[in-house]
Amino acid sequence: MATSKQQWLNGPYRSAGERAWRFSTVSDLEIEPLYTPEDARFDYDETLGNPGEYPFTRGVYPSMYRGRLWTMRQFAGYGLAEDTNARFRFLLSQGQTGLSTAFDMPTLMGYDADHERAIGEVGREGVSVTSIHDMERLYDRIRLDQITTSMTVNCSASVILAMYLVVAQRQGASWENVSGTIQNDMLKEFIAQKEWICPPEPSVRIVTDMIDFCCRRVPRFHPVSISGYHIREAGATAVQELAFTLADGVCYVEHALKRGLKVDDFAPRLSFFFNLHNDFLEEIAKLRAARRIWARLMKERFGAKKARSMTLRTHAQTAGVALTAQQPLNNIARVAIQALAGVLGGVQSLHTNAMDETLALPTETAAMVALRTQQIIAEETGVANTIDPLGGSYAIEALTERMERDAMAYINRIDEMGGMIRAIELGYPQQEIADAAFRYQRQVEERVKTVVGVNKYVIPEEIPLPTLKIDPAVEEKQVQRVRRMKRERDQQAVKDALKQVAEACRSGANLMEPLCEAVKREVTVGEICDVYRAEFGVYKDPAWI
Amino acid sequence: MVAKAGLDGHDRGAKIIARALRDAGFEVIYTGLHQTPEMVATAAVQEDVDGVGLSILSGAHMTLFPEVIRLLRENGAGDVVVFGGGIIPPEDAQKLKELGVKEVFTPGASTQEIASWVRENIKPRE
Repeated sequence: MATSKQQWLNGPYRSAGERAWRFSTVSDLEIEPLYTPEDARFDYDETLGNPGEYPFTRGVYPSMYRGRLWTMRQFAGYGLAEDTNARFRFLLSQGQTGLSTAFDMPTLMGYDADHERAIGEVGREGVSVTSIHDMERLYDRIRLDQITTSMTVNCSASVILAMYLVVAQRQGASWENVSGTIQNDMLKEFIAQKEWICPPEPSVRIVTDMIDFCCRRVPRFHPVSISGYHIREAGATAVQELAFTLADGVCYVEHALKRGLKVDDFAPRLSFFFNLHNDFLEEIAKLRAARRIWARLMKERFGAKKARSMTLRTHAQTAGVALTAQQPLNNIARVAIQALAGVLGGVQSLHTNAMDETLALPTETAAMVALRTQQIIAEETGVANTIDPLGGSYAIEALTERMERDAMAYINRIDEMGGMIRAIELGYPQQEIADAAFRYQRQVEERVKTVVGVNKYVIPEEIPLPTLKIDPAVEEKQVQRVRRMKRERDQQAVKDALKQVAEACRSGANLMEPLCEAVKREVTVGEICDVYRAEFGVYKDPAWI
Repeated sequence: MVAKAGLDGHDRGAKIIARALRDAGFEVIYTGLHQTPEMVATAAVQEDVDGVGLSILSGAHMTLFPEVIRLLRENGAGDVVVFGGGIIPPEDAQKLKELGVKEVFTPGASTQEIASWVRENIKPRE
């Protein structure tokens, strides 16, 4: 007869001996040697549910990958719009099933390519988009009502969305049929990614304008991708990633409700974006806990009635921060395991990093290997043949429950502070993250946490890898294009359009219609963001260490 | 001075290094994000620093590092040691060193390593 867990721990296990004095996940959660039925006592219907059934722990859809595989959505973008368009069409030809756009720093920060602040940065970290013409070139030969596109942009998202919608219209698509996602999650910017223009309150007002507008006019589009990826990259633990992301979600829901929207009208189009870090079990548990927590919050706290208002649908990306510059080929193995965790965790859409991203933007070869990694998981491993295969595992269910409990403690604390915007003003999530990042760095330097190739299994000389080079001529070309466009457009029409935008900023009217009109008149990202700067003020980095 | 130049908002590394250098006994000024090269050079001169550690993960390093060096020299602070790190491929790191960047620390560098290097290579200016 099997001994109880405690008896077993004190008896046979203790005698066998351990190889380390402490076992913990990558985010320092202590892990037990064994999980048994004693650790995972739950009511199946109440705690798990079947796939597609509340609380959606086992998956948001009834058929999950048996019905349809996750979307293979590789993040891409660099140089000019036509360069990225070519990379998009290459990736689609290689079997990618959705697009994801990376913009350059000037675009992301609300500066035109010809702005002083853009010098050296145009096309370097993503594609340069200053005007509607760039947007048209970007999606040339790509039908926006036939393929879903995600756009990673935040403080200038309102302008980019306006351009996207106008381009879709010009392609002949009706806004009723346009789907896709725009990241547009300003709260995590103040917490982690740090791409901002104005302070939190006006930033969230703009986000709410976009949620409101899409709810009414572009009903299949996801106006926000509530993100934990960046929070994790900044140094958060898995529990912090989970908690801060969902707390951000709560904040957006509250703002949308305050705006007068009904929860079942907008909640179905809220989407999420999580990180897939190294610790396999922790990541799977995190995703399952996320679904359960969100479902409960939406139902119990916000009174959602529709199932689709309660389902946490998420994109995921393998952790950039877990890759190494040393022995970069090893990153292929890391990404494969991280991606597998995402699949076993039930994500809807996945980006796998390229092996060379600790050095530069991905080469075509590296990008292809990253895509193939997903295809191998989908087609060769069998994990997509049954839904939530790890459901019921004592370890996974115990971990899921543990993460849910720990995350709720954070969410409650943030509520007590007065909500996420208040918590941000107090520096709470930012400090938690900085402390966690520092702690982890110390653990790596003390060799308590191993990073293969960096603090263990180091080789004396690295084998150089070819990296992607952005042609510096790209910047000059784009600057000239932008300058010419600014000279040749109807200056009065531009002035009038900007006045309309400024008025909407002041009156509180929804910004999206004046923005759509403005971008049609060739008003630029930087010009609109300058209006935001003037009307809402500029946020300055508190620069805490 | 630990500085974030350009539009790049990735400050995890810069903050850790600023904190670690402070713990190691150095007087550290962290500029915060979104500093132009002018702002970095002006602050460096104003604060009379001995060294400037620049963090750039946005790919704009070949423009921003040389510009900071140029401005420091122009303002009579050419003897301030400039070092840094970020997402910088080895060939670029080599070129930067030829342009006057004293050392480039890339992902995987330890704070111990960096603190020792600073102790060895950045001396109080005359």
